[in-house]
Amino acid sequence: MLDLQGLRFRAAFFHSLRSFFVRQQFLEVDTPIRQPLLLPELNIEPLASEGWFLQASPELCMKRLLAAGCSRIFQLCNCFRKGERGRLHLEEFTMLEWYRTNGGYEDLMADCEALLGSLLADLGGMAPCTFSNENLRVGDRVISLHPPWERLSVHEAFARYSPVSLEQALAADTFDEILVEYVEPFLGMDRPLFLYDYPVELGSLAKRKDGSPQLAERFELYINGIELANGFSELTDSHEQRRRFEQELSMMDEERRQQSRMPERFLEELAGLDRAAGIALGVDRLLMLLIGKESVGEVVSFAPVDFD
Amino acid sequence: MYTAADLRKGLKVQVDGAPYIVTDFEFSKPGKGQALYRCKMRNMITGNQLVQTYRSNDKFDKPDLEERKMQYLYCQENDYHFMDTQNFEQLAIDKEHLGDNVNYMIDNMEMEVLFFQDKPIDVSMPMFVNLLVTKADPWAKGDTSGSDSKPVTVETGYVLQVPPFVEEGDKIQIDTRTGAYVTRVKE
Repeated sequence: MLDLQGLRFRAAFFHSLRSFFVRQQFLEVDTPIRQPLLLPELNIEPLASEGWFLQASPELCMKRLLAAGCSRIFQLCNCFRKGERGRLHLEEFTMLEWYRTNGGYEDLMADCEALLGSLLADLGGMAPCTFSNENLRVGDRVISLHPPWERLSVHEAFARYSPVSLEQALAADTFDEILVEYVEPFLGMDRPLFLYDYPVELGSLAKRKDGSPQLAERFELYINGIELANGFSELTDSHEQRRRFEQELSMMDEERRQQSRMPERFLEELAGLDRAAGIALGVDRLLMLLIGKESVGEVVSFAPVDFD
Repeated sequence: MYTAADLRKGLKVQVDGAPYIVTDFEFSKPGKGQALYRCKMRNMITGNQLVQTYRSNDKFDKPDLEERKMQYLYCQENDYHFMDTQNFEQLAIDKEHLGDNVNYMIDNMEMEVLFFQDKPIDVSMPMFVNLLVTKADPWAKGDTSGSDSKPVTVETGYVLQVPPFVEEGDKIQIDTRTGAYVTRVKE
């Protein structure tokens, strides 16, 4: 549970996030938190609500808004993922998502750098922040947030930090384990890092990379070994998107499959969307880094433990 | 049956036929990836540590563990005989399984014995026990050798360091977690 000082900082942080996007001519939107169906994603388990679902992400509605003609939109909202609990996970957490047409994942990386710069300028000196100028203090280390940040492909990251290559990890179905155990602890320790170009099978809504169809134009932002955001160039080919969803659905167990179905209307509208990119940023994790806390439960007004 | 989602610090699970207690736990979930449950566990029989990462579909049996209140009766060779205070059943536990606990066990002492599949694997002692000093060098008054402790033997045969003023026939309190002297007890 946040104390008064923490609540004030969280409010100022939200205000700063919003003012950055407003200045950049993004339109703030608020889409329904409870929806009749969610995008089929194998590894995200939804929380049911009277036959509908609490959103795991506002992605579906926001992409429909893009298809309807919005060019720059953002949303700050609560999302829900069943069974996720831990130092960096809450079943209900705060997400910031933004989408832009006529852009790709490189534009989102630049947005991230500019967003952090704007936050530091707005919040510098306000207690209990752990940064001065562009330097974030984490324990006895300093992480420089001065852009440009480091960019490292998933392939290079495995070559550098993992005992096995990316191809071997994928073949042995141990990508997640190796990433968590051997790679993530080294990412973004001196300055923020974009881990980019994921194998296409690990980005079911991301566009294939031009010239390298086995890769998806997807990236994750890491600071201090912590994954903060996932962004990608949007897959806007509705036929390919349908095949990718079919693939996700086919891997679900019976119970999950019963909860899921093909989002037909989404696919229909996706066909009208041109080049676009979108990103989801875990706001509680970012706040945790900015005020030097160890877990996301310490930076929300009420964590589950506060109801015990 | 437990699933990986039940894992948390302190949970006891069965892995490869042995009982383990989770000593450290972290939930991880890389972006778009699957939930991973990273555990450090201690084998409750051998004490060996196991570091393992599980996925959400991994399942665990509940270990067949039972705690029974027992009274220590006597020791014969390496066998320590106990009686269940509920049903008066008697059984012997090998010295090896008792470890350092034998240093603090005196006749008629009550303790919790942990059974795995009906075999005793551990006993939990009270945190503090009072034991009689059976052998101690006398305290030479005016001894200026500077030594601020001396060894004594207690009724179980255990030898420990105590302040120089402790004498044969005294009762002393010992911390069973560390084996260290706490205080002299007046009775």
